[in-house]
Amino acid sequence: MAEPIITFEKVNKWFAQFHVLRDIDLEVASGERIVICGPSGSGKSTLIRCINRLEEHQQGRLVVDGVELSDDVKAIEAVRRKVGLVFQQFNLFPHLTVLENLTLAPMWVTGVPQKEAEERAMAQLTRVRIAEQALKYPMQLSGGQQQRVAIARALCLTPKIMLFDEPTSALDPEMIKEVLDVIIELAGQGMTMICVSHEMGFAKSVADRVIFMDMGQIVEQSPPEEFFSHPKNDRTRDFLSKILSH
Amino acid sequence: MSAVSANSAGAFAPIAARPAPIVTRGLVGWVRRNLFGGPGSVLATLTIIAALFYYVPGFIDWAVVNAVTRPDVVACRALDGAGACWGVIAEKYRLILFGRFPYDEQWRPLAATALILVMLVASCTRPLWSRWLLLSWVIVFAVFFILMHGGVFGLSAVETDRWGGLPLTLLLSTIGIAAAFPIAVLVALGRRSHLPALRTICIVYVELIRGVPLISVLFMASFMFPLFMPQGVTINVLVRVLVGITLFAAAYLAEVVRGGLQAIPSGQHEAAASLGLSYWQTQRKIILPQALRLVVPSIMNSFISTFKDTSLVTIVSLYELTGSVTLALSGDSNWRPFFIEAYLFIAAIYWVFCFAMSRYSQWVEDHLNVGHRRA
Repeated sequence: MAEPIITFEKVNKWFAQFHVLRDIDLEVASGERIVICGPSGSGKSTLIRCINRLEEHQQGRLVVDGVELSDDVKAIEAVRRKVGLVFQQFNLFPHLTVLENLTLAPMWVTGVPQKEAEERAMAQLTRVRIAEQALKYPMQLSGGQQQRVAIARALCLTPKIMLFDEPTSALDPEMIKEVLDVIIELAGQGMTMICVSHEMGFAKSVADRVIFMDMGQIVEQSPPEEFFSHPKNDRTRDFLSKILSH
Repeated sequence: MSAVSANSAGAFAPIAARPAPIVTRGLVGWVRRNLFGGPGSVLATLTIIAALFYYVPGFIDWAVVNAVTRPDVVACRALDGAGACWGVIAEKYRLILFGRFPYDEQWRPLAATALILVMLVASCTRPLWSRWLLLSWVIVFAVFFILMHGGVFGLSAVETDRWGGLPLTLLLSTIGIAAAFPIAVLVALGRRSHLPALRTICIVYVELIRGVPLISVLFMASFMFPLFMPQGVTINVLVRVLVGITLFAAAYLAEVVRGGLQAIPSGQHEAAASLGLSYWQTQRKIILPQALRLVVPSIMNSFISTFKDTSLVTIVSLYELTGSVTLALSGDSNWRPFFIEAYLFIAAIYWVFCFAMSRYSQWVEDHLNVGHRRA
């Protein structure tokens, strides 16, 4: 296997006294697609938010595309340029139009001229099938549309890695599919992806590897066929029985 | 009956539209809903109408019918309170508007005031918002200073202690507000900083200033501050007072801005960070535009307060609008009895400015909240 694009080595993190990540060891290969699941409070979101330093780890090493994450602001900025993050709550900028949401970072962070930034933005909006909404404000769009804009916004910086933090959990049921379709399409294009999700059908269809977390630890990880048909750990079986029973 | 049978036969029989039993729109509807909506409402309306009938004629008699508008002190005195003596304004308006500025040179403060008023209107006009506006303000203040102070271009020199009236009020409030605003934004950001020293300095500044009345700040600036200066170094009292007003206004405004900053969800910071925006880019492009928009009414509140607070500089012998009224009347026993009319005159001036600010704030709210408007 080639050099992994993300490496966790004995990573630990605490929120005050709460030990949220415990001895995390994880290697992600370039182009790999991973789905992380687990009960709430198990540390899934914290784990992926560590990758672009929205959360800082307190022990262990975390290397993203050759850059070790530390307090070094330059390193953090370098990593953030390579990593796109999509939030559960979309977190679009409500005072900017859809197009401005997309062009902001390219223009200010990487210095792309406005015209080029807009062309790129329109290309990404077309990719998520929402180009006709470019001049609207986020609040005028449905949840599913907003989340697709958020995905396009992350893609505008042409990241090597895309992180999704429960991208469909805040959506009405009929909008989940339109967002998952977009993510599945991206998954087919060779980008490294880590997605926290409880959409097990989605996990089966796109993931190379499914990770189950509980109590801040990685309990089990395996390819989806194996994960869903022969879970090794009791805790995993228990969890799967709860979310798949109906 | 026939309708029912028609329906049961499958044919549709439309019911003709009838007028509503009660008018709810137009003038009649408005009056009925708002003035006579219930027993309490009826009572209040009748009481107010009665009070208006009782007081308004008397006021009109005083303010209009019996009033003397000529600057004729004998006629005014003969009124004996039965009518207003607007003549006091005709007699004293130049002293009230321009204070102790040399009488023959008063075209200079007039021009300076007009200049600032034009700039204020221009600054409120959206198509003119640009770098040029900022540059124009710098030039206008320079011209303002030359006009007021003179000493160049053949204008006789007029020291700042003779400046007064409306131009002084406008100078103190526009510079006070314009300088306080950026300070307030920085202090508000500082209070939310992760750097303990910076945060502490900002907290101490705000709490210290908020803990004392403006009068004491002005006293300090005017009388105490020079005692701490090295021998021979003096700073103009107008400048000291201006700094005092600015620091005072900034402390209050900083808390208003901080309120706005706190209302922005952490997801906005996170989204900006995940896109690689730096701290200042995030504040400038994401956080402040949203936060300031939320607190426009409170910001305007602070601005209006600052505008009116400038009247307190009288106590350190700067005769702005309020001070110059006192100055105009106290030295002239003939006209001294007519202070009510004179104060009504400047009250009207203050009101026009404050009302304009208030309306403008309304406009800003309507035009800047695009992101939260649907469809």
